[in-house]
Amino acid sequence: MKFILTSNLYTMRSQTRIFVLALAIMIGGLIYFNGCQTGAKQAAGGALSADAASAVYVAPGEYDEFYGFMSGGFSGQVSVYGIPSGRLLKVIPVFSQDAEKGYGYNEETKPLLNTSFGFIPWDDAHHPELSQTKGETDGRWLFINGNNTPRIARIDLTTFETAEIIEIPNSGGNHSSPFTTENTEYVVAGTRFGVPYPQKDVEIASYAENFKGMLTYVKVGAEGEMDIAFQVLLPAFDYDLAHSGKGNSHGWTFFTSYNTEQKHNLLEVNASQNDKDFIAAVNWKKAEEYIAQGKFKEMPANYCVNRYSESTHMATSETKKTVKVLIPEECPGLVYFLPTPKSPHGVDVDPTGEYIIGNGKLSADLTVHSFTNMIKAIDNKDFETTIAGVPVLKYESVIGGTVVKPGLGPLHTEFDNNGNAYTTFFISSEVVKWKLGTWEVLDRIPTYYSVGHLMIPGGDSRKPDGKYLIALNKITKDRYLPTGPEMNHSAQLYDISGDKMKLLLDFPTIGEPHYAQGIAASKIVSKSKKIYPIEENKHPYRALGEKETKVVREGNVVHVYMTTIRSHFAPDNIEGIKVGDKVYFHVTNLEQDFDVPHGFAVQGAQNAELLIMPGQTETMYWEPQREGVFPFYCTDFCSALHQEMQGYVRVSGKSSNLPLKWSLGEPES
Amino acid sequence: MNKLAKPVMVLASILLVSLFFLPMWNITLLAPQYPDGVEMHIYINKIGGSSPGTLQNVNILNHYIGMKKIEPDSIPELKYMPSIIVFFIVFGLLTAVLNKKWLFATWFIAFTLVLCIGLYDFYLWEYDYGHSLDANAPMKFDDESFQPPLIGRKVILNFVAISMPHIGGYLVALSLSLSAVAFWLSTKNTKIIAS
Ligand SMILES: [Cu+2]
Repeated sequence: MKFILTSNLYTMRSQTRIFVLALAIMIGGLIYFNGCQTGAKQAAGGALSADAASAVYVAPGEYDEFYGFMSGGFSGQVSVYGIPSGRLLKVIPVFSQDAEKGYGYNEETKPLLNTSFGFIPWDDAHHPELSQTKGETDGRWLFINGNNTPRIARIDLTTFETAEIIEIPNSGGNHSSPFTTENTEYVVAGTRFGVPYPQKDVEIASYAENFKGMLTYVKVGAEGEMDIAFQVLLPAFDYDLAHSGKGNSHGWTFFTSYNTEQKHNLLEVNASQNDKDFIAAVNWKKAEEYIAQGKFKEMPANYCVNRYSESTHMATSETKKTVKVLIPEECPGLVYFLPTPKSPHGVDVDPTGEYIIGNGKLSADLTVHSFTNMIKAIDNKDFETTIAGVPVLKYESVIGGTVVKPGLGPLHTEFDNNGNAYTTFFISSEVVKWKLGTWEVLDRIPTYYSVGHLMIPGGDSRKPDGKYLIALNKITKDRYLPTGPEMNHSAQLYDISGDKMKLLLDFPTIGEPHYAQGIAASKIVSKSKKIYPIEENKHPYRALGEKETKVVREGNVVHVYMTTIRSHFAPDNIEGIKVGDKVYFHVTNLEQDFDVPHGFAVQGAQNAELLIMPGQTETMYWEPQREGVFPFYCTDFCSALHQEMQGYVRVSGKSSNLPLKWSLGEPES
Repeated sequence: MNKLAKPVMVLASILLVSLFFLPMWNITLLAPQYPDGVEMHIYINKIGGSSPGTLQNVNILNHYIGMKKIEPDSIPELKYMPSIIVFFIVFGLLTAVLNKKWLFATWFIAFTLVLCIGLYDFYLWEYDYGHSLDANAPMKFDDESFQPPLIGRKVILNFVAISMPHIGGYLVALSLSLSAVAFWLSTKNTKIIAS
């Protein structure tokens, strides 16, 4: 990494700059390592103005102005923060089992984690993306990609629960995903790793010949339901990030790529050789035409679509076997490559839709393509060459501007509503503010440390709320009290409402937040559900009142139809269960009051508790292993008599003839 | 006789139709854990609330201290009150049509009486709920009455209970006042107005 960076920089005739930088690093290092004695920590936060505390202070009982949704990275979850306070509001389990909520452990949510590889209880969640209408965040859904076993999840923002997970076939790492189109017509999924297509047992060295890179368009229906509309077969570059066009550029999606060298080993060197990699511009409206004309290949595939029904309180998993594939050679005008210097990472489209920023992470300058120029170049056939049926546009024809030497290691850019752009620089650990159109650098501010993504609420939409900016950092080091070798990643909140960016707050996050999304709280608050109406509960094993509770044996399978209400289970005494039975506790929470969940736990259960929301039914699977009498109890402090919310299940020997018996004790008189 | 007596009496009668879809009385329970309050709405034919779950939520709260479950099916008033209201609507319209002074007076007095009995009956129910407590209740408080106020506010354990007419109740009051006005108008000589 160091070697490449150095060699790269030398080619840029900026020795002076390097010298100054080296000096700065040395001085910075000295101050840093003497921090304990000299109080340099204060110097790092020295930019804090006196009113920073009041700017982020949200008084007890008051609400934050924005929701911030941060990906959990390798935690597989999404965490929801209040902005500007930085208070954690909720952790939403998505791709990972969550024992706290029983997610992925209870029978209802297990199917959400089903894939063509079977049950996969973990993934690496990178990019949350809010649904949009007319290019503006609308507060309906939050999408997020799973990178490892390629998937996209949809979170319903009336419940803040995962509503759907779709698997992406023919992909090797779903990184450039799930960036939405202007009206959430589609969310996209580009493969980060080239993989053999179709997947097969071949020599790795046959990469250039056998490997491909697939871009996937996932159609989003009126109720949010996702389905794969089509895939575009491209050379096996590493498709890194994406953003769809807006305004004039609506109808296009831009995917960055690196490893256009198509190497399969020592990528840190081998994939950093080309002077320019590509941004793939996909005309998805054209793709729709080709699909309508039948110019696709129906190809075998194997992927799961998992949907949670709020009416049955249950997810179902469906396996699909084919997918429509478009091949650029056969579909002229579908894809163009825009040469972009040095392994571009993020690709970000400004609020007007005119500028496409390619954040070349190994480049000294920031490259900005112009959509107008791109269309002109296409019309004039200003092609450098053609790769696998994809015309490569001339760099000089598409470039719209260059931000000259703004910093080191640009990764991502977001926008405010005043024509300014904000770019993160990983290596120089800073956010740089610059002007769209004039390309001049206006301001810069350090991050602590090595910022990756950044987020401005609505910052990748047509209507940014340019008040706050959050830097999502990769390195934490000394920012907080030490907690052993592993530290939570840090985030910084900046005020960007003035000419100069101001640091307001520093807070730890969960897992590794890659990207984040922010939205005005008012777009969500009024739609937030408080309970599930019990009369709408269509769970097949529901009990909509204590009169409907029962225990039913079918061979060695036992279904317990149970209810909870403050402060008891019905039934709370169960007998006639036998060792080796397969017992399903279907627990319906009869409560209809906001914030009164009940929990359920039984000794020896090899999964996790249930946490049942008012009006919901959840199911725990339990295999009694030993004879005896085992307690079960409510795990969520629900009421003054929560501690009394308990019961017993008696387990007899395998050959016992004890009949099933269940009861809810009448108070003794 | 004043021409206005008729339409005023018709209005007084028609106002009572609102009781079939607007609550008459409201009991609000306030506690820190219930920032929005628990609002129980009493109609002439049912008991509702600020949310579909209100009655269940009130019953859950009440069961800790052994108060009886409020079960609309076992409250006979909710069955026959609608007939009484229908009676007064028809009676009122008839009064307007027949336009007799004594009929206006009778309607006003009869309705006042019914309302007084209704309020007393409501008090008896509240007394019963507040005093006949289950001896096996999880929480027992000696010498405490959990009777909600007939009208006004009262502290009951951790709750503040506020009992006030709801919109239907105010419309009833308006209806009664209008019937009084109608009666007053019916005693006036048209000539006085005309001259
Ligand atoms: Cu409980």
